[in-house]
Amino acid sequence: MLSRVADSIYWMSRYIERAENIARFVDVVNHLVLDLPDQEVNQWASLIQITEDTERFEQKYGSVTEENVIRFMTFDMDNPNSICSCLWQARENARSVRDTISSEMWEQINRSYLMVKDAQSSNRIDDDPAAFFSHFKKACHLFSGITDITMTHGEGWHFGRMGRLIERADKTSRMIDVKYFVLLPRVDYVGSPYDSLQWAALLKSISAFEMYRKRFQQIIPRQVADFLILDRQFPRSMRYCLVKAEESLHAITGSQPSTFGNLVEQRLGRIRADMDYADIQEILDTGLHEYLDEFQTKLNGVGDAIFQTFFDLSSNAAQH
Amino acid sequence: MDFNNYKTEEFYDELFESDGRARAGASILIKRIEALQEGDLVRRQRAAEAAMMNLGITFAVYGDEQGSEKIIPFDIIPRVIEPHDWKILEAGLKQRITALNLFVDDIYNDQNILRDKIIPDDVILSADSFRKQCIGINPPKGVWCHITGTDLVRDKDGRFYVLEDNLRCPSGVSYVLENRQLQKRTFPKVFEASRVSPVHDYTSRLVQTLGRLAPDDIEDPTIVVLTPGVYNSAYFEHSFLAQQMGVELVEGRDLVVHDGFVMMRTTQGFTRVDVIYRRIDDDFIDPFVFREDSTLGIPGIMDVYRAGRVALANAPGTGVADDKVVYAYVPDMIKYYLGEEAILPNVPTYLCWRDKDRQYVLDHLDQLVVKAANESGGYGMLIGPSSTKQQQAEFAEKIRATPRNYIAQPVVALSRAPVIVDDHFEGRHVDLRPYVLYDDEIYVMPGGLTRVALRKGSLVVNSSQGGGSKDTWVIAEEPNNTGDTTSQMQQSQEEGHA
Repeated sequence: MLSRVADSIYWMSRYIERAENIARFVDVVNHLVLDLPDQEVNQWASLIQITEDTERFEQKYGSVTEENVIRFMTFDMDNPNSICSCLWQARENARSVRDTISSEMWEQINRSYLMVKDAQSSNRIDDDPAAFFSHFKKACHLFSGITDITMTHGEGWHFGRMGRLIERADKTSRMIDVKYFVLLPRVDYVGSPYDSLQWAALLKSISAFEMYRKRFQQIIPRQVADFLILDRQFPRSMRYCLVKAEESLHAITGSQPSTFGNLVEQRLGRIRADMDYADIQEILDTGLHEYLDEFQTKLNGVGDAIFQTFFDLSSNAAQH
Repeated sequence: MDFNNYKTEEFYDELFESDGRARAGASILIKRIEALQEGDLVRRQRAAEAAMMNLGITFAVYGDEQGSEKIIPFDIIPRVIEPHDWKILEAGLKQRITALNLFVDDIYNDQNILRDKIIPDDVILSADSFRKQCIGINPPKGVWCHITGTDLVRDKDGRFYVLEDNLRCPSGVSYVLENRQLQKRTFPKVFEASRVSPVHDYTSRLVQTLGRLAPDDIEDPTIVVLTPGVYNSAYFEHSFLAQQMGVELVEGRDLVVHDGFVMMRTTQGFTRVDVIYRRIDDDFIDPFVFREDSTLGIPGIMDVYRAGRVALANAPGTGVADDKVVYAYVPDMIKYYLGEEAILPNVPTYLCWRDKDRQYVLDHLDQLVVKAANESGGYGMLIGPSSTKQQQAEFAEKIRATPRNYIAQPVVALSRAPVIVDDHFEGRHVDLRPYVLYDDEIYVMPGGLTRVALRKGSLVVNSSQGGGSKDTWVIAEEPNNTGDTTSQMQQSQEEGHA
C-alpha cells in the first residue's frame, strides 16, 4: 500500500474519532453543569483547558459562556480541534484515498460534513445542542460500522483501525482527567451524592454507564477509573484500545505478537505490557493525573514512531 | 409538464423534429415525461442533484476559495442520438483518430508530412504544444493517443462537425458513467424500452487497453493513475477511474525513479510500476526534461519511458495535434495518410497567420468566433455576435501582435435540446464529447458527455462557464425481431408515480 494512502487512511480515522470525542467532551460538561448545585467552578472554562486551547479561545471570544464555547468547539474553523475542522480534515484525507476506501465510506463522511456545515449556517444548534451532538455521534458510529462491513480488512483497514484506537485511548484518558483533575471538586464534595452523580455523568458520556454497572454495580471513583483505564473488554477503555491497536499493528507488519521489529512495535508494546500488569491502586498511588499525563506523552511517542516507520517518504527512500 | 409550448425555433433540436413531433428514438421518453404527475419531474431532478452532492460528484472551481466545490448541473432529460447518426459518428471518429495517431508518430519520427509540404513546417515547429524532447520516441505498437475525447457540434442542418480533438488528457468520462447511473434511477423503464447502448464497460476496456501497454515480459502489470492531487479540478474523475479500475491512484510524490525503473513508495518499501495513466500535462511530468519548476512530476521518468520500462498513456507530445491551427489540417492528414475523404467535417477555420485569412477575420470580428490556438476550457475566446466593440478591439490587437496564436470560425448555430427551467422546458445549446480508446482496435464508447449551455442563448458549454451536462442515449439499431416492443412501451407507461 502507498505510504501516502496509509497515512491518509490513518488520519481520516483519527480525525473522525477525534470529532466524535469532542462531541462527547461537550456532552460531559453539559451533564456536569446540570448536576452541580452551584456554579462556583466555570465548567465551560475547564473544557477549553482540557483540549489545551485556552489562549486561542480568549483571543477570539474573550468571555467564557456556554454559547461561545460550543461555537468554538463545534464550528470554529480557526480552532483546529473543532468538530468542523476535524471533519474537514477527515474529509480531505478521505478525498485523497477515495479510490481505496469504499464509496459508502466516502459518502458517509461527506454527508456528515454537509450536515455539520448545514447546522452551522442555519444556527439550529443553539436550540438544542444535545440533540445535535447525539445526532453527530451517531453519524460517526455509522461511519465506523460502514468501514467495518464494506472495506476489506487488509492493510488499509488496519491502518485506519490503529488510528481510530490510538485516538480513542488518548481521548478516554483526557475525559477521565476532566472529571478527576480539572474539575477537581471541593474536598467536601468527594464521596457526596454529587460526586457519584458526576462520575455517572462521565460514564454516560463515554457510553460506558450500563457496561460499568454490569461489572461493578456501585459507582465508586476508584472502580470507575479501573474500568475506564484497565478493563479488558470495554471498547473505549484505554487498555482495550491499545491491545486492539497492537493487533492491527502486527497484522500490518506481519511480525509475531510480543516481539518487535520496529520502533512502533517497541513503544506500543511497552505501554500495553505495562497496562497488562498494572493495578488501579498502584495508579492512584502515583497520582491519577500524573499517570494519565504520562500515558498521553507515551502515546504521542507511538504516533511519532508510526509516522517515521510507515509514512515518512524521505526516510523511506533512504532505507532502500 | 408537457412539451406543448416547447419551440425548436430555427435550431436543430435533438429530441424534436422541426414540426414538433418527437424524434423516433425519443418518443417513448417524451410520452413518459408527459404522463408524469405535476411536480414529479422536478422532484426527480432534485433527487438526482442531491445524490450528486452526497456522492461528492463535484469539481473544484479554480480561483474560488479553498474547498469550494460544485456539482456540474445535471439535467435529467437525456439527449438522444439515432442509430444512423451514430453509425456515421463512429466511423468518422475511428478514421480521424487513426489519421491523428499516424500524424503524431510521423511528426516525432520521419516528418514525411512536412517534407511533402502537406503542412508547412513552421506551423508545427511553432506550436506551443510541439515537444522536441519527444523526437525519436517509439511508443508500444506505435500508439500515442490511447484515450481521446473529441468535441463535436451539430449545426442547423443536423450535421456533426468536429470542434476539437482533445488528444492530451480529455476529462469528463466519469460524468458520463455517473450520469448514466443517475439516469437509470430516474427513468428506469423508459431506459429499458428505448434500447440505449450500454457505456458501463468503459472502465474495463480502459484497464485492458492500459494493461496491454506494459513491457512484454510483464504478466501481471502494475497500473496506476497519476493525478496532480486533490485540488485539481478533475480530481473526482481521477479517483473515480482508479477506483473503478481497481488500480492505485498516485501523485508525483508517491513515485520515484530507482535503478532504472519507476517505483512507488509503499509501507513495505518500493514496488515497480509498469503503466501510468497520467492525468497531468506533458509540461509537468518530468522536471529534468520539461518544466524544471514542476513539483507534480517524477524526475527522470522520461529516461525510463524511452527505455521502454514504463508506459505512459497518452504518450507525451500528443498535444501537438490539439493546436487549433494544426486542427485545420486534419482533413488533409486523413487524405494524406489514409487516402480517404474525412467522414466528419471540420468547422471551417480561418488561420490568422495567413494574410488573407487575417484580413477577413479582422473585418468580420463581429460575426466570427475567435479562439487562441493553445487554450482550452472556453478561455481565450471571443464570440463575435455577442461581444462588445471594446472586446473586438482587444482581440484585433492580440491577433495583430501574434497572428500564429489565433484562429477564427463562423458561429455554429449549435443544436439544442430541452432542459427543465423552473416549471417548463426551454431549448438550450449542446455539444457532444464521445470517448475513444485505441487498443488493438479502436473502440468508440456508444454515448459520451453531452454538455449543455444552461444560460439562455449561450453557446459556451464548459462547466467552468456555467455549463451543465446530460446523459447521452445512443439508440441501438432495431433488432430484426420487434415483437415485444409494444409490451415494453405499455410497461413503461405503467411505471410508478413514486
